[in-house]
Amino acid sequence: MEASEIQEQVVKILTPYVKDQQALAKVSLETNILEDLKVNSARLVDVVLAFEDAFDIEIADDDVDEVNTVGDCVRLISEKV
Amino acid sequence: MGRALDRAELMTRIPQQEPFRFVDEILEIEEERVLGAYRWRPEADFYRGHFPGNPVTPGVLLVESMAQCGVVPLAVYLSFLELEEADAEKFQTLFTEANVEFSGIVRPGDRVITETRRIYWRRRKLKADVEMRLEDGTVICAGQLAGIGVIR
Repeated sequence: MEASEIQEQVVKILTPYVKDQQALAKVSLETNILEDLKVNSARLVDVVLAFEDAFDIEIADDDVDEVNTVGDCVRLISEKV
Repeated sequence: MGRALDRAELMTRIPQQEPFRFVDEILEIEEERVLGAYRWRPEADFYRGHFPGNPVTPGVLLVESMAQCGVVPLAVYLSFLELEEADAEKFQTLFTEANVEFSGIVRPGDRVITETRRIYWRRRKLKADVEMRLEDGTVICAGQLAGIGVIR
């Protein structure tokens, strides 16, 4: 799967939890999920579960601790698909 | 590896206390499900204002009671199962989300039973399907609640 395709899916999964729509409009790999998109940290679990379902992968809890940006998500998922 | 708390100890480990305690009893507990009960005290002060001459238990308190009868004890139970006691005790579960619908009212003196079924438990977050019923089985409120364990 292409990285751009993964990124598109990642953004789609994040979208319902995003509070800052302007940040979402100019989303990039460097966009920080909590600080820029203002996603509630408690929602990260839901996001990770959605990644697991969408890409049919398993993500270890320890890996989640290192996820800060959209790019981190794309890298993590790319390693597993 | 931790241990399975029994119902009596679980009650002592639900942190909410008077005047904000809305759980009397844990009737059943297992990893996927918990059943809790609470009787609404007719003398509770909020009935004077909600509503004068027509006391109805406020919906926000029903939601709180659903959490105290379900998400909170189940999160405590699962934490103690997974972690050593000293580590499990560090966490307190706080409300993160509620999406519920009311379909009935609760009068002073009514006893309600809340059934909570785990959807997921991950990274100290518990999300669950929850249903509150009167003793005759009438559904009062149903939906999903979630809470996450944070360091006290």
